[in-house]
Amino acid sequence: MRKLTIDPVTRIEGHAKIDIYLDEQGHVSDTHFHVTQVRGFEKFTEGRPYYEMPSITARICGICPVSHLLASAKACDAIMAVAPPPAAVKLRELVHCAQFVQSHALSFFHLSAPDLLLGFDSDPAHRNIFGLIEANPEMARAGVALRKYGQEIIEGLAKERIHPSWIVPGGVNAPLAPDVRDRILAGLPAARALAEKTLAFFKTVLDGFAEEIANFGSEPTMYAGMVDDAGGLEWYDGRLRLRDAKGAMVATDIRAADYSRFIGEASLRDSYLKAPYYKPQGYPDGVYRVGPLARLNVADQFGTPAADRELAEYRQRFGPIVHSSFHFHYARLIELLHALEMIELLLADPEILSKHVRARAAVNSLEGVGMIEAPRGVLIHHYKVDEEGAIKWVNLIVATGHNNLAINRSVAQVARHFIDGEHFKEGMLNRVSAVVRAYDPCLSCSTHADGMPALRIRLVSADGRVVSDVVS
Amino acid sequence: MKKIRLATTWLDGCSGCHMSLLDMDEAILNVAKRVDVVYGPLVDAQEFPKAVDVTLIEGAVSSQDDLEKVQTIRQRSKLVVSLGDCAVTGNVPAMRNPVPSRKLLERIYVEGAQENRGIPSDGVPALLRQAVPVHEVVKVDLCVPGCPPPAQAIAFVLGELVEGRVPDLAAKVKFG
Repeated sequence: MRKLTIDPVTRIEGHAKIDIYLDEQGHVSDTHFHVTQVRGFEKFTEGRPYYEMPSITARICGICPVSHLLASAKACDAIMAVAPPPAAVKLRELVHCAQFVQSHALSFFHLSAPDLLLGFDSDPAHRNIFGLIEANPEMARAGVALRKYGQEIIEGLAKERIHPSWIVPGGVNAPLAPDVRDRILAGLPAARALAEKTLAFFKTVLDGFAEEIANFGSEPTMYAGMVDDAGGLEWYDGRLRLRDAKGAMVATDIRAADYSRFIGEASLRDSYLKAPYYKPQGYPDGVYRVGPLARLNVADQFGTPAADRELAEYRQRFGPIVHSSFHFHYARLIELLHALEMIELLLADPEILSKHVRARAAVNSLEGVGMIEAPRGVLIHHYKVDEEGAIKWVNLIVATGHNNLAINRSVAQVARHFIDGEHFKEGMLNRVSAVVRAYDPCLSCSTHADGMPALRIRLVSADGRVVSDVVS
Repeated sequence: MKKIRLATTWLDGCSGCHMSLLDMDEAILNVAKRVDVVYGPLVDAQEFPKAVDVTLIEGAVSSQDDLEKVQTIRQRSKLVVSLGDCAVTGNVPAMRNPVPSRKLLERIYVEGAQENRGIPSDGVPALLRQAVPVHEVVKVDLCVPGCPPPAQAIAFVLGELVEGRVPDLAAKVKFG
């Protein structure tokens, strides 16, 4: 037996490595996805005042700090037992949509487009955003511009692009200025055009990836995502819904406060990232996926016209329930368009300029849960405090954690299909990394408690010999 | 014009400093003309290369892997830059330091799990007893504080290094 190692898995957010074991014939016999960092937020925040939690937990992730700020602030809202004023809710939704724009743009253009546009088998020395700048400057510029648009909205609202202190328990700490609103609106048509153009382009090249679509994590699982009262996709404040692989409802209307009745967590021997599972089906049978692919499988509709048109076409092409993890990319681009539509809708509401944006209270409940859809999927912050508001206990379940079991299975599927130990090529390993990229895992997030992923893929022979030179 | 060979890495951090690097927006297109990014999370190199001109390190040194990586980086880089408060001071990663690492891991993987309770041990690096700033482990040539450092400061640092100058960061950065 031989072992191949990918270490680190590149163009993902965080630290992971992958070990691939080959039998005597050079066929893949086993794979292991290791997340290799652990940080301990759940433990070291004990004793801190609850209202510090948004700022501390924002530092879990520099890519989606807004997600952690929002989930944390919602848990704090519950501890104070307040409802933030309507304008504050709209502003939180607005900043959340801006984050979807920047995060989805980063995932597609900066991290995955080099595979999709330059080729999975292209020269690894140039297979990156800098290579894309040289080879396809128009596409690279579109990515830079879309990410910038999202980040500029966050900066306009919150004064800072990364780890802003604007989202607070009870609401936000400053209202939206009319000139900022006008500036955001002025940039919207250009951003819409770029998003639509990219989506149109992506749809034309999809057929060229038939083999990847068929083998990139295409095994059916359950799917989990938040929906609103009408069953439409909801990112900020919905109820959790799970569907099975055929589309039948498994669970509906799960409130944030009840998550622990439905979601359990298993430790893994070989990863700092724990594996959540659907409790009624147990571990490991209760595997489900979250994120863009799952949200489009779970929700009935978007509720905005352009995204709903795209959703209809997507379902016509690939069916009502789409299993291939390759289509995370497609789903992500449709969501990017939806985020831009939502930004326009939210800004059209005059109430968004209201000066009343923060509810104030002290501790009124000793426990609070905040649940949102982060760009990568369901994010849960759960805190218990004493009567003074000091944190006694914390649990955090991040999007990439929910996908842990599925990523492991996808890695195995891709490795088995593409890797031939007798005729080894670098592009085979890149496809294994690429299926991880499709999930857009945030290993910084997932390692809040669970270890930081430096993705390492190692090829080891049956006698335990590491064939690491094969990697480069 | 000769390009400088730039590496970047993240250790125990949140990737926010790398995001701030990308927050220079279109300026990154010009940086790409002056710099070859030879290693880091944005590119596909598996091995840290030899003869790197500048390496930007985000994050504190927190695990055995981090420690080995930093030592390799120091040997193979002319200039080592600590990018952001975690690399410069330990910052948020160092908040775990008062807690014995065994207790921290038990809280997460034993008390915090309903199945397979146990601390991971296969193929994952051991935690160091403390998360420490980079300069406690190897010599650091330049510190760029901030959580994260502003994009303009990072652009300034790269611009000066490309010109062969040591950047004077006075008034351009602050902690936090």
